[in-house]
Amino acid sequence: MSATAWAWLALLMPLLGSLVIALGFRVLPARVAGAIGTAAIGLAFVCAIGALLNLLGEDAEARHHASSLWDYASAAGLDIKLGIYVDQLSVFMLLVVTGISTLIHLYSFGYMQSDEGYRRFFSYLNFFVFSMLLLVLAGNFVLLIVGWAFVGFASYALISFWYRRTTATRAGMKAFVINVVGDIGLVLAAFLIFRELGTFEFGAVFAKAPEVFTQGGWTVTAICLLLLVGAFAKSAQIPFHTWLPDAMEGPTPVSSLIHAATMVTAGVYLIARTHVLFYLAPTAADIAAFTGLATLLIAGTIALTMTDLKRAIAYSTMSQIGYMIMGVSIGAYAQGLFHLMTHAFFKALLFMAAGSIISAMANRQDIDRMSGFWRAMRFTSLMLLVGGLALAAFPLTSGFFSKDSILAYAEARGGMYTWMAIGGYVGALLTALYTFRLIFRVLPGRPCEEAQHLIETGELYHGPAINPATEELEDAEVGFPGAHHHIAEQSRPMAVAMALLGFGALFAGLIQVPGVDNVLFGFLDPAFADSPLSEIHPSVGAEWRGLAIGAAISLLGIATAWLLWARRPELPGLFRARLRPLYELAVNKWYFDEAIDLVIVRPALAIGRFASSTFERFVVDGLVNGTKETGAGAGGIVRVVQSGFVRSYALLLIAGFAGLALYFLLSSS
Amino acid sequence: MSIEWYVVLSSLLFAVGAMGILLRRSPVVILLCLELMLNASNLALVAFSRMVGNQQGQVFAVVVMVVAACEVVVGLGLIVAIFRRKLPLDVDELRELRG
Repeated sequence: MSATAWAWLALLMPLLGSLVIALGFRVLPARVAGAIGTAAIGLAFVCAIGALLNLLGEDAEARHHASSLWDYASAAGLDIKLGIYVDQLSVFMLLVVTGISTLIHLYSFGYMQSDEGYRRFFSYLNFFVFSMLLLVLAGNFVLLIVGWAFVGFASYALISFWYRRTTATRAGMKAFVINVVGDIGLVLAAFLIFRELGTFEFGAVFAKAPEVFTQGGWTVTAICLLLLVGAFAKSAQIPFHTWLPDAMEGPTPVSSLIHAATMVTAGVYLIARTHVLFYLAPTAADIAAFTGLATLLIAGTIALTMTDLKRAIAYSTMSQIGYMIMGVSIGAYAQGLFHLMTHAFFKALLFMAAGSIISAMANRQDIDRMSGFWRAMRFTSLMLLVGGLALAAFPLTSGFFSKDSILAYAEARGGMYTWMAIGGYVGALLTALYTFRLIFRVLPGRPCEEAQHLIETGELYHGPAINPATEELEDAEVGFPGAHHHIAEQSRPMAVAMALLGFGALFAGLIQVPGVDNVLFGFLDPAFADSPLSEIHPSVGAEWRGLAIGAAISLLGIATAWLLWARRPELPGLFRARLRPLYELAVNKWYFDEAIDLVIVRPALAIGRFASSTFERFVVDGLVNGTKETGAGAGGIVRVVQSGFVRSYALLLIAGFAGLALYFLLSSS
Repeated sequence: MSIEWYVVLSSLLFAVGAMGILLRRSPVVILLCLELMLNASNLALVAFSRMVGNQQGQVFAVVVMVVAACEVVVGLGLIVAIFRRKLPLDVDELRELRG
């Protein structure tokens, strides 16, 4: 079978899974539905491997194929096919998405076991994977937008999964609205591309673009900026990031899959896919790179002050995606994608471990209440530690190699990009600090009440069902999280998924060690050969120097975190008191929500109120009522004639004809 | 005989019919007056046809008679229906179509 056939099959599997579960939800037993969902994604992963093996059997330059099933729209110079584009980039994304998704489905199989919406969950989750695969495989901008909007919907459906929780439905709406703003950017970019180049097909667009556009021209810059609006909204970059922390209202596997490992990296994929355009628009690329840098620093400071376990990890996700966006924008395409892959491993793992701990806490997420889980849950703690080490770029873990490859490239490109490398190292220090702040507050110490209960009885603590965001009591029926929770120690599917991810988080970086092996970049680089920026390679010595700096910073960060939150826990309080304004700024998330509220939401509401109270009442109602009154008045005049007397009608008729006859007589004589 | 006599007779008949429609209130009489007006015009048609010397006017007159017969059927049907429903046989009383 050809690579494209494998890719079509990979696309088909999750769609079938989603449909079978959705249509059969009344007859399928819950565990069968879960098994179907997991198996569908597993098969998609097998298909992805098939596509990879096929590509590897070809010459490096010939590894791109377009294939289409049928015409989507064909009229008036428009020729849109339902087509996919299979090259190194899409196969790489295919592997990451299906691989991580399989493990997260496996984890959900155990984690969601007691939830009333189990089948619905798997149907949504499979639909998400289908949409994501459509997004990464799409062969033209139209299909890309379809996939792009589908993942937005899947994200909305899964954030609001517990649909009777008001906070969850609000968070879902927020995510959807911000994502739609991004969709609009992407659609406008596609319009412009079609207007200038007359095609939507990726191959044709990227072949024509260098001939039609001048380097740094206005049009191509506008296209790239519009693409960036889409990418920023999906990838939670400033100022479109506020939905991501709220998205943590969804079930933890959702946070792990959609809001950490796969969907939020769609922006990185988009920039990498359209790198030809971004090379032609250096201004847009620089804006993207600076936004990435700003996001990674700002999100890092916010993550330092969050007390909600999942939200802290969400800010860390934003920060790490900032690295990737910065990477692919400055030309470190393969490096950014490398970080995307390793991040998918360790961030999915971190969320899984966090989910396990939250289960043990009877759904509470406040790290102020957590301590001593090392003694209560050894396996989960170990996995949290592994994920944390990889995130903090501890030497020889996966995050260590991927993050430093981006920064080494930035340094090699020189100029103002050197500052990006420096900013990236500052971000790395923040990363190590906030990661180990979580770990040192949750794992060591005297076990908290819930952990103690687990140690003594071997069973999970059962508190009242509450909403962790508002502390409101909830019932545990449908539309809310179930009353029973599951932890990795007691659920084999969860443990297997976490162990596999843990392995990946520790060792996935070893496929790309400077000077030793070049598996990933060797595979990906030909896809970016048409951009001169991919010619820049830092020397092996420079890379190892960067790795050494990275290692030092990581160890420094971890040691500082140990000092602050384990050794002398009174210190953070002192800092808080001393640096009150800074702390306030970070703990209020740099007031982004308030600023957006002030600049966009309130004016929009004010315009709406004006429209409904003044404009609607006086102008619209006035027009409508005026028309009505005019008609009624005119009718009132004519009405008099309609007396209902047949004989008066006859008189009018006869008089009329007599008058006409008289007129003709007079005018003819 | 010159054409004038025919036309004057036709006009007189037409005027009588029209007056009847305008002045009488019984639907039966109104229907009769309608017939009178139609036949006044038939008379004019036949007279003009003879003056011109071809048959077209006479054909029209026959067609008008057919139409008049149909109209009488409908009109009398209406009158019977009004009578059956015990409504007054007076066109001034039947004025539900007043706007």
